[in-house]
Formats: sequence, C-alpha cells, structure tokens
Amino acid sequence: MTEPALADIPAAAAPPVHPTAAAPARRLPRRTAVGAVSVLAVLLPFVVGRYWLSQLVFVLIVAIGALGLDVLTGRTGQISLGHSFFLAVGAYTAGIIGGRYGLTAALWIPAAGVVAGLLGAVVGPTALRLRGLYLAIVTIGLVFIGQWIFVNVTWISGGPGGESLPVPRFGYLDFASGERMGSVLFDRNKLYYYLALILLALGMAFVYNFGRSRSGLSMYAVRDREVAAAVMGVDVSRTKVKAFVIASALAGVGGALYGSFLSFVEPTQWDLSLSIQYVVVIVVGGMASVWGPLLGSLFVVGLPALLNQVSGSLPFLATGTHVNGVISPTDASTIVYGVVLVVFLLGEPRGVVGLAARVGRLVGRVPAGRAPLFPEQQTPAGDLPGGDRDEKGAEHGQ
Amino acid sequence: MRTFGQLLFAGIALGAVYALVAVGFTVIFRASRIINFAQGQMLALGAFFTSWLVIDEGMPFWAALVLGLAATAALGLVFQWGVLRFAVGKPEFTIVMLTLGLASVLQAVIPTIWGSYPRANGDPWGHSAAHAGGLAFDWVQIWAIIAALVALGAFFVFNRYSRYGLAMRVAASDQEAAVAVGVPLRRIFGLAWGLAGLVACLGGVFLAGYPNSLDPTISNGALLAFPAIILGGIDSTTGAVVGGFGIGIIQELVAGYQPQDASWLGHNFYIAAPYIVMILVLLVRPYGLFGSRPAERL
Repeated sequence: MTEPALADIPAAAAPPVHPTAAAPARRLPRRTAVGAVSVLAVLLPFVVGRYWLSQLVFVLIVAIGALGLDVLTGRTGQISLGHSFFLAVGAYTAGIIGGRYGLTAALWIPAAGVVAGLLGAVVGPTALRLRGLYLAIVTIGLVFIGQWIFVNVTWISGGPGGESLPVPRFGYLDFASGERMGSVLFDRNKLYYYLALILLALGMAFVYNFGRSRSGLSMYAVRDREVAAAVMGVDVSRTKVKAFVIASALAGVGGALYGSFLSFVEPTQWDLSLSIQYVVVIVVGGMASVWGPLLGSLFVVGLPALLNQVSGSLPFLATGTHVNGVISPTDASTIVYGVVLVVFLLGEPRGVVGLAARVGRLVGRVPAGRAPLFPEQQTPAGDLPGGDRDEKGAEHGQ
Repeated sequence: MRTFGQLLFAGIALGAVYALVAVGFTVIFRASRIINFAQGQMLALGAFFTSWLVIDEGMPFWAALVLGLAATAALGLVFQWGVLRFAVGKPEFTIVMLTLGLASVLQAVIPTIWGSYPRANGDPWGHSAAHAGGLAFDWVQIWAIIAALVALGAFFVFNRYSRYGLAMRVAASDQEAAVAVGVPLRRIFGLAWGLAGLVACLGGVFLAGYPNSLDPTISNGALLAFPAIILGGIDSTTGAVVGGFGIGIIQELVAGYQPQDASWLGHNFYIAAPYIVMILVLLVRPYGLFGSRPAERL
C-alpha cells in the first residue's frame, strides 16, 4: 500500500529457513508439555465444580476470539478495537441459521466464521487503507455503526429487546438435554466445554501452522517494518487484509459460541469495552503466541469469576453492582485489567508467555537467549511457554 | 427554518465541545504520535469531579470547574510522569495500549466512586435559555461556545507565540531535530498531557449540560471526536477545530431531521452518522481536510 509497484513484485521463491528446524533436541519437552496440557484440559471438567466449569467454557470461547485478534494485532501489528462487532456477527449468524431455521450446529458454527470472515473481507480493505492507528479509530466506528444496525434491524438481532440463540445440536446429540455415554453423564456445560476445546485446539493448530507459512511470516515482516517488508516483496495490503479476515472469522466462531452459551444476547453488549477486553487478553497472555490467548483468557475471564466467588468474604467488594463505597466485582476486575495491562506492557511485553519463558530460563531448562527488547522483534518460533523463542528469534533474524 | 436555526445552534454548541476534545487528541498526537484512548475517560472524570464538588460539597460552580480542570490536568501529567515516561522509545503500539489501560482503570473507578446512575451536572444554568428571534438559546450551550472559543483561542496564542508553543511545534514536526536543538521533550510530553486534561475536563462539563445528563457512558461522547479528527486531519489543530464543529453540526442536524424525514434509518442514527461520515472521509480524503500526508522514507 505504500509503494504498490514494489509491493506487487513477487517474493523470492526460496522459503524462509524453518524456525524450529534448528534444535530438534529441544522438541521433546515441548511435546511433553503440550501432551500434559491436553490431558489436563480433557480431564478438567470431571474435577471442577459446576460454577467453575461454566467459567472454563467462557475461558475457551474467549480464547477462540482472542486467537483471531492475536493474528491481527499480535502478529500483524494492526490494532483493532472492532472485535466485538465480529463477535456479534458470529452470534447473530448462529441465531439466524441455528435458531430461526433450526439447522445443525455443524452448519451454523462454520457459517458464523464464514459470514464474519466475509464481512471482514468487505470492511478490511477500507479500514486498512491507512497505516498505524487509523485502523483502531475506524474499528471504533465499526462498533458504533454495528450497534446502530443491531438495534434497528430486528431481522438480524431481534432489535433492542435481544435475541435468543440456539443450543448446539449435532444430529441426535443435543446440548440442551445432555448425553449419557456408558456411566458418564455429559451435561450441557461439559458438552460446551469439549466443543469449545476442540474448536480452540483446531484454531490453535491452524494459527500455529499459518504463522509459519509464507503468509504468516509476511505478517511479522509487516508488523516489524512495513516499508522494508514492501521492499522485500511482501504485499502489505493483502497481508493485512488476510490477517483481518482470519481475525474476523475466528471472532465469528467465538461470538457464535459465546452467544449460544449465554443463550440470550442484546445489541448493547457488543460494545467497545468488550473489544478492549479482548485486547487485554492478548497483551496479558502474550502476543504472537498460540498459547497467549488461552492464558490471557484465563486471566480476563477468571478474575471476575474469582472476585464474584470471594465477594462475600471481602468487605470492600460488593455482591451486586455499584453500591456506594464498595466496588463491584466487575469494576474491580476492570481496574485490575487496566493495571495489569500497564504492568505487562512496561515490565514484560511478551505477556504471561514471556513470563513463563523467563521462569523456564531461571529453572535452567532452557539456556538463556538474548531477550528481544520489544515484542515486535519476536519471531513466531517459540509457541510454548518455556519455549526458546528468543534464541530462535535471533537466529531467524540473521 | 426555525428548526434549522435551532438545530444549527445546538450543533455549534456540541461542535464546540467536540472541538475541545479533538484538540486534546491532536495535542497528544502531535507531541508523541500516539492516540490517547483514555481521553474519553479523562473527560468523564473531569465532569464527575466538578459535579461532585458542586453538588455534594456545595462549592460554587466556577471554583469547582477550576479544581476540575486542575485535577484532570494533573491526571494527565501524572500518567505521563508515572507511566508513559517508562515507555519512551517503545513502539507506538505499547504506548497506545498503555492509554487503553488508563481508560480501563478510569472507566471502572468513576462508577465505583460516584455510582453508575445519571446525576446532575452541577452547572448553574440548568434548562434556562435566552430567547431571540423565535429561537431558544440554552445558556449552557452559549457558555459552551464561549468557553470553547476562549480555550481554543488561548491555545492557539500559546501555540503560536509562546516559547513552549514553539517547542511543541518543533517536537511535532521532528522529534530528533527537536532534541538536537535542546527542546526538553519530556516536559513537552507532560505539557501536552496536561493540556489534553484541561480541554477534556472543559469538554466534559459542557457535554454533560442540558439536555444531557452525567453518567459514566459520557466517555463515549469523547469518541465522537474521532470522526472530527479524521475529518480535520489527525495532526492539525485547525483541522481538529473545524472537524469538531463540522461533526457537531452534522450530528445535531441528523438528530433533528432524520427521525421524521428519513425514519427508515431507524433509531439512534445520529450516533452512527458521524462514524459513517468518518468512513466516507477516509475513502475520499484519507488524511482529512488539513492533515499532512506522511512521507515514506525507504
């Protein structure tokens, strides 16, 4: 977009050196870690209680949408505050296809992603025309224009009164009634949990692989130095639009599940603060890492849930909302989000993932690498907490 | 015609407020090339603080306003001094996210202190109005225009003729050159944040005047300065003022005429209209009316 003539030159044919090819010996602990996390994730619903299971479902669902935002913001460096708009698009697509036409979830979940992604493809080229912070401003506009549409177009959103969204149904498997398999009962929350877990895992695998593909690597180039990327033959506009479409599509899937799990949504809930929450998720979790969105989501969803649980025993916390003199759990979490955002940006810009990598180095599992000064100097390499991203980043940069 | 005059006046009054807020954005953008996403919350804080001093503490409005201005300016300074100082040299992304962090904190602090229900603004004019030529001019709107013009005039004189104004312009045009000739950048950033706090509070107090009331969602009002700065050009203070008045007038005219004359556009179109204008501007003239197109250096 800066220099169309330059941007159109096809990139060199040789693919970049594969970042992880460097150290085969270190792959084992990573696999073990992924395996351990997976086993834990599968067993978790049988360990935690009802309340925490529903919160975990939210954690997974939010992580799906955040994974998308990370592709756009963390990997491509484009700040969007319009994520809530695409979440809404996904939710209402689910409402129309799954609710009104009563079709199977095998249809409306992908459809939510496709519709949101298509909308992203329509909005993206306009929104991404300008560099830098313009995208953030344009996407704020998207949130308000979206709210106006959702309030007025009853066909989409049920109008200001809100809209019921469908419970997933795959053939005979109905999430509303639950399912008994042998002696194990899979109730609604458990089914939602596993559905979200599978979709998140698919999303993470997709983003992980995509991040190492040619398009994915172009994104880092655009983020780190746009002009240089264009000179080297990266089509900057296309890369940005691609990231925007992926972000929107994942937001659509996340939004569909979110709305479905809430079972009822109103136009006003797709507001700017929801978008900001997703930004907090990716920054706190750690940007440009597939584990970041999940870790960030654990924090952003978990904190108010925790405060809600303990509000009875803490005198300064209100159990309801906005009573004078005490602070509501929601407000308390919002304050903590803001403070934690600031602390992470100044102290550990790589988020929890970076923190974990530091701890990993302290423990001595991974030899110390040269830490990058800023998050945008990272490469996609280490995608695991405790991974050795820094060193590979340095190698890759050479 | 009478309606048009009435709406135009309301639009100019609203535009005056947007112009103030937009100048707040522009001042910070020119100083440090970032957008302060906490401007809306600073505005809300100023309005709430002033209202609290008047209504709960029984202070005269003007004294409360002065304290409110001082408080928001101090908030801007403290944020620059306590947080942004540590982010000097970090990418703009980091700094923008820091302002989002501040926005998040303030957005929750305000209802925690003052509750989330609408409260009285505390200005002495209420619903009183002056009548002339068959039109009603609300005093709060007249004063909004006066206050905005005085503040903007003072800002322009400061920017044009004072030593620090010159330093700010130098910093805006080239930071490295500014450092080289001895401009104290840190002080300039502090000044920019202080000024942004001042105009935010002033804008907030008048934005919460009749016919509006004061509740925490007032921070969304400041977001409407975004279309204004896009319309005017993000790095131009003149553009911010022109864009502010433009968006204010457009919004009031839409709010006045659209419900009858274009009812198919539905409810609340006046909230979406400025953003639609913004997107059209971005399509046609992406750097705004007065903005400068950045040059690329390879």
